[in-house]
Amino acid sequence: MIWDLVIDPFVAFGFMRRALVGCLAIALGGTPVGVFLVLRRMSLTGDAIAHAILPGAAVGYLVAGLSVGAMTVGGLVAGLTVGLLAGFVTRATVLREDASLAGFYLTSLALGVLLVSMRGGSVDLMHVLLGNVLALDDQAMVLLAGIATVTLVALAVAYRPLVVDSVDPEYLRTVSRTGARVHYLLLTLAVINLVAGFHALGTLMAVGIMIVPATAARFWHRDLAGILVMAVAIAVAASLTGLLLSFHFGLPSGPAIILCAGGAFVLSLAVGPHGSLLARRVHRRHLRA
Amino acid sequence: MRGDTAMAGPIEIENLTIGYDRHPAIHHVSLMIGRGSLTAVVGPNGAGKSTLLKGLVGRLRPMEGRIRFRGVGDDGIAYLPQQADIDRQFPLSVIDFVAMGLWRRIGLFGAVTRADRARVADALAAVGLSGFERRGIATLSGGQVQRMLFARTLLQDAGLILLDEPLTAIDTKTAADLLDLIRRWHGEQRTVVTVLHDLDQVRGHFPETVLLAREVIAHGATADVLTARNLLRARQMCEAFDDRAEVCDRSSDRPAA
Repeated sequence: MIWDLVIDPFVAFGFMRRALVGCLAIALGGTPVGVFLVLRRMSLTGDAIAHAILPGAAVGYLVAGLSVGAMTVGGLVAGLTVGLLAGFVTRATVLREDASLAGFYLTSLALGVLLVSMRGGSVDLMHVLLGNVLALDDQAMVLLAGIATVTLVALAVAYRPLVVDSVDPEYLRTVSRTGARVHYLLLTLAVINLVAGFHALGTLMAVGIMIVPATAARFWHRDLAGILVMAVAIAVAASLTGLLLSFHFGLPSGPAIILCAGGAFVLSLAVGPHGSLLARRVHRRHLRA
Repeated sequence: MRGDTAMAGPIEIENLTIGYDRHPAIHHVSLMIGRGSLTAVVGPNGAGKSTLLKGLVGRLRPMEGRIRFRGVGDDGIAYLPQQADIDRQFPLSVIDFVAMGLWRRIGLFGAVTRADRARVADALAAVGLSGFERRGIATLSGGQVQRMLFARTLLQDAGLILLDEPLTAIDTKTAADLLDLIRRWHGEQRTVVTVLHDLDQVRGHFPETVLLAREVIAHGATADVLTARNLLRARQMCEAFDDRAEVCDRSSDRPAA
């Protein structure tokens, strides 16, 4: 029974195995980046960048069709341009980062939708917006694995300054010149992981696997290492469950995966051991007693 | 625990103007802060006290004028920011926070050795936080956070120590303990510059004072600086200051008031 439901789909179908491996790569690379975004109160920055990627991916798609290379380069250029422009405008004008990012990404998103509507049909738009994890080719797999590897190495190297910059940025800037660079590194990692993610889950859903497990993991651990491990575990579990649900019930795989992560989030905020609704209730009762 | 860099000072500040968005927050500040001195920086709210410290630590660039450190490099400065600058919700333990003070010793990749861990433990003991090593920083009270910040500053082992409102909004026992630490640094010939609000604390513990109100109202022995006349003048100067004023053109050779 369990074999039929859980194991067999992956044994019998190559596309399911590829989808699972692709999702694991995204979970390993993107979710730790998401944890840092959440802890630095930049959860919505990920969302903004994901939308900003759209016109780049669309241009790549219109020029070269469903080419992993062209869409990746287009997405990277658009995402990095919007991220860096927003950072520059924040430093050069009175606008705060969230506002300048909103200005740029909404413009970028409109441009993307315009491009796809002018040249392609609604099917094309749906592909870019929703991706298709069940149709990952070799090129896309190599790209996902490569981005996950680069991300993990970069996070390992920059872990210390990233943590210090998140807790006490003023301190980092007095002892080292890495401060602003760390911020841009994190933005860059967010962009490349969202580009990786959109191949599998589309630009709309890519940010979900990055941010939702990270928000859920906060309720399970107090220390950063525990949160990172838990977030990746939730992302992996959501990928597996989502893929199986999509297989057995004929659901679109991207939304199914993110909905599973969303389920983990709701469960975590209800009963997680740290700061959840239940934990706070128990704590209050304890204080009263 | 004196390091090689402890021979800091004097700090020479010459006609310094620093501001935000091209509007000066302090201007035409000229000061000489002696090696090994213990100086309080006081002044009304908005007088530019924190701005002066951020200028000294290199966080804000001078719009005009310059700061010269005789016998101390960038690595010889320890800066204790206001608590508001710290994200206390970040999931970090006290020991990891304090270990940030080892940055110059271990940098980006260096391993934390057993000797380093002993240093961290000593610093925590010195501020009365032994036993708090594994506590999350989110669970600490305001006074405990301040003790933790002092432990990190202690670990930095710097010749020049800049403290931004280190005794604000904490209990009297903590304030007394931390004042002892400041006095210890002074006894070790380190140069200490501290922004403070409580004038009684300044009179009781700080031999030298800078009274700031966008510019230097007075600098010297604390008793000479904290006169009723100077304090009134500082308040009037701050109230009269135009926040949107552009940089004014005053020659650099005009002496500070």
